Amino acid sequence: MVGVIKYGAGNIYSVSSAIKFLGEKFVLVENPEIIDRVDFLILPGVGSFDSGIENLEKTGILEKLKYRLELGIPFLGICLGLQLLFNVSEEGKKEGFGILKGEVVKFKNEEIKIPHMGWNKVEILKDNKIFEGIVNNSFFYFAHSYYIKTQEDIIVGKTKYGIDFPSVIIKDNIVGVQFHPEKSGKMGLLFIKNFLEGKWLQ
Amino acid sequence: MVTVRIIPCLDVKDGKVVKGIHFEDIRVAGDPVENASFYSKEGADELVFLDISATIEGRKTMIDAVRKVADVVFIPFTVGGGISSLNDIEILLSNGADKISINTAAVKNPDLIKEGAKKFGSQCIVVAIDAKKTERETWEVYIESGKKPTGIDVLDWAKKVEDFGAGEILLTSIDRDGTQDGYDIDLTRIVSENVKIPVIASGGAGKLEHLYEAVVKGKASAVLIASLLHFRILTIPQIKKYLREKGVNVRI
Repeated sequence: MVGVIKYGAGNIYSVSSAIKFLGEKFVLVENPEIIDRVDFLILPGVGSFDSGIENLEKTGILEKLKYRLELGIPFLGICLGLQLLFNVSEEGKKEGFGILKGEVVKFKNEEIKIPHMGWNKVEILKDNKIFEGIVNNSFFYFAHSYYIKTQEDIIVGKTKYGIDFPSVIIKDNIVGVQFHPEKSGKMGLLFIKNFLEGKWLQ
Repeated sequence: MVTVRIIPCLDVKDGKVVKGIHFEDIRVAGDPVENASFYSKEGADELVFLDISATIEGRKTMIDAVRKVADVVFIPFTVGGGISSLNDIEILLSNGADKISINTAAVKNPDLIKEGAKKFGSQCIVVAIDAKKTERETWEVYIESGKKPTGIDVLDWAKKVEDFGAGEILLTSIDRDGTQDGYDIDLTRIVSENVKIPVIASGGAGKLEHLYEAVVKGKASAVLIASLLHFRILTIPQIKKYLREKGVNVRI
């Protein structure tokens, strides 16, 4: 059973429908109790940094989520769902999960449009089962104004937009993507399928 | 770098596509899912659904259509038309729309942009601007489906909506819309050069060159296309091949 965390207002329907489309079962996680019953967790990207943390705190999900992360539950953070894993973000004042080392910063290049909106390439930096069947430099859909800066060794995919930024990270049981796999057509569905198959964990 | 987006626009009334692909098969003609799947397979980068329903019942049917599309089509799509409150936005986003576009309501109540961006994130708030050229070589904002002049200058308004937190501007030239004479390049460029957020050019596409001009001369991040695609005068693969040969970065 896949738990899709509902923690803010926005389109989490598409993440759920992608899981359903892949033939897997899911449940919406709206309170901490349900977290005990799921085998995979997905934190979709909706809203902003502070409102995201606030909602996770208010519902009591945050504490339970951190606990299950420590115990090693396979986790996929999408867009803001990746950014929340860090301690600080230029988008907000609140403290994030602090699970990953680094920070969340805003695109500052004068030459580019912000948000980074549309299809862009992901360059695979490290061979990993999460990319099984996915050709290097495949297109994925992005919609964000902030990106992560983190330690080199966890970055497995990067994307160029004015600068190079990490678009896929893997650390132990955690996968994080800056793009929206649920909105990236066939390749995106394949990415989610690979995540749920869990071969990347071994 | 990010690719230029080709975005088909579908008009929907009471849950049925009324301006969409001219399918030979009448059974699928007005089906939003068939239309969306077709364009997704053809390589559309995004889709826009414009709800032109005039009744509350019609709008409810639209929400069903949004959910059905989100069940099987995994590319981003925007829903516009008649959205006037945070609640309207929330209902559409929670049923699978990635972005919503507001036009008249944004002019009448700019707080909707601010509050929408704060609650749902800028990336899902698109402000649609209908622009008509004035005698002084500037452009005026029109609302209520392009029928009502507002006295507001398009460039001023575009800068304001950016400040309020809009993530994108869908810019339609009323003068060019439906003419197939080409996008209003001056309008597109002046807006795009003066805001940091992406601008989608709309209104007037008639041939391949027009799309190239909108992107290269008009500096648009995306182009909205309706009839040209619906009547199969051009296809998305044809457009992308042409743009790529001309050196424009597209997703193929």
